[in-house]
Amino acid sequence: MSTQDQNIATYNFAYLDEQTKRMIRRAILKGIAIPGYQVPFASREMPMPYGWGTGGVQVTASIIGPDDVLKVIDQGADDTTNAVSIRNFFRKVADVETTTETAKATIIQTRHRIPELPLTEGQTLVYQVPIPEPLRFLAPRETETRKMHALEEYGLMHVKLYEDIARHGHIATTYAYPVKVEGRYVMDPSPTPKFDNPKMHMSPALQLFGAGREKRIYAIPPFTDVVSLDFEDHPFEVQKFDKPCALCGAEQVYLDEVVLDDRGGRMFVCSDTDHCETRRAEGHVGELGVKEAAE
Amino acid sequence: MYVAVKGGEAAIRNAHRLLADRRRGDRSVPALRLDQIVEQLGLGVDRVMSEGSLYDRELAALAIVQARGDLIEAIFLVRAYRTTLPRFGYTRPIDTAAMLAERRVSATYKDLPGGQVLGPTFDYTHRLLDPELATGAEVAQPDRREDADAEPMPRVSDILGHEGLIEADGPLPAGHVTGDITREPMEFPMDRDTRLQALSRGDEGFLLALAYSTQRGYARSHPFVGEVRIGEVELELDVPELDFPVTLGRIRVTECQMVNQFKGSAKAPPQFTRGYGLVFGQSERKAMAMSLCDRALRASELGEDITAAAQDEEFVISHSDNVQATGFVEHLKLPHYVDFQAELDLVRRMRAEHEAKSADETHREAAE
Repeated sequence: MSTQDQNIATYNFAYLDEQTKRMIRRAILKGIAIPGYQVPFASREMPMPYGWGTGGVQVTASIIGPDDVLKVIDQGADDTTNAVSIRNFFRKVADVETTTETAKATIIQTRHRIPELPLTEGQTLVYQVPIPEPLRFLAPRETETRKMHALEEYGLMHVKLYEDIARHGHIATTYAYPVKVEGRYVMDPSPTPKFDNPKMHMSPALQLFGAGREKRIYAIPPFTDVVSLDFEDHPFEVQKFDKPCALCGAEQVYLDEVVLDDRGGRMFVCSDTDHCETRRAEGHVGELGVKEAAE
Repeated sequence: MYVAVKGGEAAIRNAHRLLADRRRGDRSVPALRLDQIVEQLGLGVDRVMSEGSLYDRELAALAIVQARGDLIEAIFLVRAYRTTLPRFGYTRPIDTAAMLAERRVSATYKDLPGGQVLGPTFDYTHRLLDPELATGAEVAQPDRREDADAEPMPRVSDILGHEGLIEADGPLPAGHVTGDITREPMEFPMDRDTRLQALSRGDEGFLLALAYSTQRGYARSHPFVGEVRIGEVELELDVPELDFPVTLGRIRVTECQMVNQFKGSAKAPPQFTRGYGLVFGQSERKAMAMSLCDRALRASELGEDITAAAQDEEFVISHSDNVQATGFVEHLKLPHYVDFQAELDLVRRMRAEHEAKSADETHREAAE
């Protein structure tokens, strides 16, 4: 092979070859059939590093078609650098339409957030997952944790949550908060803040999870029971913010803290940038926001 | 006044332009050509081919230039390319006994059939910087022996094998199909074939450190280099329509057979056991480290106690891939503010509770 050729390498639609896509689709179908179960798959090296969304990218590449409209978010935002990079990747290798509007997207690839706007039937949410195994930090060995899942032996997880309560008075897990799917598998929702956990429950959208480095795919089909683990006397609670979004005034949304100066000045703004922009376009203004027309 | 940050696209574009500029460096210095890298940085090329799992010197050289000489980045580039290539089939096992060896040394026998051949080695060079290289001095042609003088070079393991003192290669388990770690997800415990594949593409530095740890007493294996050989072997492919194998070409490999003393266990008699290393190109360090790790990882097969990191298959294999490792370590620089916000909130709450409690206690103590 000569590397001097200009066309040294050509790539298939959406980068992956069709055989690889078929293998990944099989894993996805198995995942959908067994909600919350981690399906091992022969993850490929992708042109972005492991840990940067290779699992999500492989899932998206396997399900995307020319008619799809893709949205990519990282930390809720469309314009964080890695989201931009992944969006550009699919624009380049699949030539698909991309959007930042949650409502317009057919596939939304996300890192660590679920959009504030409720998803609808026909949409697919693809999560990037760093460590798919919810029991990993309790038992580092794959051979152990797979056995625990097989036997539905989740006592260790409850002990961990109980120890949190005994030590701190409440459960000290704020993100990647474990859930039980369809009454069977305990699942890691990826490191989304636990604020987003309730959105997974009975969602009309299909939720797919891809972990490239760890070579696992799992899924929550539409309208599936997703319950955050808790105790009767210590029910699951989500984070509450004292103030609404400073730009759009939204309440009951997840906020990012922005440091304004070196004198302790802070403001809280929507983590979901599309949600914030839509609200501002509709005329909502927060205490530090400006009227859209004035911009 | 804070407004939602925009401009990720422009920032990325500009960063990549700057990267291209830094890669090229001073324009008055001639740009590197790939053949210069292939010819003069050959061992770097070999490492990229080996850990990139793609035997193509020019592509490896391209990756090294593109990666500005960062070999792990170059390995990553090669891997991301090879993963898109179609898989036509699997060659027959290479026959290293038939290797055209440029180097072959044994530490267990003073002389042996085929002889000791030093070949192009750094061994016994004095590590003194050579200023003449900086001025581009001419290099003399080497002396080469005539091919006609070459005698067959049987593998040391076969020589020892005649006496039954060393474990044999062993037959494949019935119906065993050779695994492919790039096509099937890994599962623990692994078979030795897939484990060797993982070790062969594993990070040289990581395997070197683990191998070193076995020498320092963490799973000591009393190793001797049965032999190391470097040279070219023929690749043959069985094609369904033909009743003879088709020769695809030659590749250069380094093979290490490590021979280890073994006192015997419930599972195996006293004998010499073996660790195996095989990598693309010329890399003795990697092949030797690999063979020590392979031997250490055979602990449970041979009925040894598992006491050290190098014997722990899940630990070694899960962390030996430098493309995975560098990706996940470096992903920590991606934004994590959503999760950090959640933690911030929790720590603030716990701190408030803590302060309320200690204030309470001070109050009570004062009252008592």
